[in-house]
Amino acid sequence: MPLTRDQIPIRAAQELRDGYIVNLGIGMPTLVANHIPAGMDVWLQSENGLLGIGPFPRESEIDPDLINAGKQTITARPGASYFSSAESFAMIRGGHIDMCILGAMQVSQEGDIANWMIPGKMVKGMGGAMDLVAGVNKVIVAMEHTAKGAAKLVRQCSLPLTGRRCIDMVITELCVLVMDPARRRFVLTELAPGTSLDDVRAATEAEFVVADRVGTMRV
Amino acid sequence: MSSKKVYGTPAEAFADLRQRGVLRDGITVMTGGFGLCGLPENLIVALRDSGAKGLTCISNNAGVDDWGLGLLLKTRQIRKMISSYVGENAEFERQYLAGELEIEFNPQGTLAERIRAGGAGIPAFYTATGVGTPVASGKEIREFYRPGDDTTHHNRKPAVEGTFAQTQQRLTPPEAGRAQRREYILETGLFADLALVKAWKADEFGNLVFRRTARNFNAMMATAAKFVIAEVENLVPVGQIDPDHVHVPGNYVDRIVRTVPSKKIENRTVTKG
Repeated sequence: MPLTRDQIPIRAAQELRDGYIVNLGIGMPTLVANHIPAGMDVWLQSENGLLGIGPFPRESEIDPDLINAGKQTITARPGASYFSSAESFAMIRGGHIDMCILGAMQVSQEGDIANWMIPGKMVKGMGGAMDLVAGVNKVIVAMEHTAKGAAKLVRQCSLPLTGRRCIDMVITELCVLVMDPARRRFVLTELAPGTSLDDVRAATEAEFVVADRVGTMRV
Repeated sequence: MSSKKVYGTPAEAFADLRQRGVLRDGITVMTGGFGLCGLPENLIVALRDSGAKGLTCISNNAGVDDWGLGLLLKTRQIRKMISSYVGENAEFERQYLAGELEIEFNPQGTLAERIRAGGAGIPAFYTATGVGTPVASGKEIREFYRPGDDTTHHNRKPAVEGTFAQTQQRLTPPEAGRAQRREYILETGLFADLALVKAWKADEFGNLVFRRTARNFNAMMATAAKFVIAEVENLVPVGQIDPDHVHVPGNYVDRIVRTVPSKKIENRTVTKG
């Protein structure tokens, strides 16, 4: 059985390490915050100017001056700090964020990502996505493997790019792929329980390499 | 009022701006805020009421249909937006698709840094953000080592004089493959005719203190315009803000208005249980 949509963030959370500074994208990646392993100290950064996102507020704690990048009301954890957008992106651009997890419309076999614009449709803007994929040390895409049956892992992105050769890892309901920078191809390292290599190949357009030992995704 | 910078209402703060040549049709205006958080909402209403048209607005977002810059879209006072994300505005979408409104999308960090740079007198800077994307189109691209990756540049002089090409070769880090040059694109600084910002607290000199995530673009925009108006929730006499707690020094701010914030929330999210 492939993972469910709700299980993808659980697998993604296993990439977190104690002390990491992490930025989570809007949508499915935000749910990774619910699965931070107990006892692990992870600091979540919000690009609108907060390091140390806390849980969503109780009704009595709601503060219009305290929101995340998805414009949701949030709280700040003890030890948090506030800063301007320039400082926030200096932090991102300067390589001071250990990891970001974001969604994608397409990822190419060389690690390009497209997730902000579909030609012919209304473009809402890239927000901070281009800065994050260009600046963060480890960039993970957590997404469903296909969109309405169409492959999202492609040879070359047909959509306008968000970033070039910047994706280090892809986690889907079918498998885990890790970029090998020397070969410039993803290496399949894990399969979902009950999922075969052929299942992945059938849902993937991109060329990829298969690791010598392929593990099973645990959730 | 002891301070020449303090005005009673946003309308009063705008009253003589045309006469002073600050406000004209076609000027560039920066407005702070991230969504509705830290939005100079009452100053935006005053800008609408001023009737200035053909504006270029530099703002991370475009407000919502009935608040923020959405008000100026409704009245067709905006010709062009420079923004990173404009998702929550149906009128924006309509005008854009009808070709009535021009939009220049900037990556959010590039937009923030362009404003910071403009305020700091830096005409342009290189960034890796947007390389290989539509954002890089038409811009100068140059290769550099990422800061910190070039271990030879700072501490070692080339042993012998040589041609530029030879020098470049010697500067290749010894552990080839570890550090590589990467491409950067040249982005320019932004400086506006007028900036409208929102702060939590100010003194009568214009020293500003922001609150929580309402700081966002306000801090840089206050430094990057010929004329800066701040609306604040709390106004105190000079000397009442600890100099260590000032986020934006008062010299950047031309006018201050105390306003009552609407504290609107776009996406109210609470913890369950």
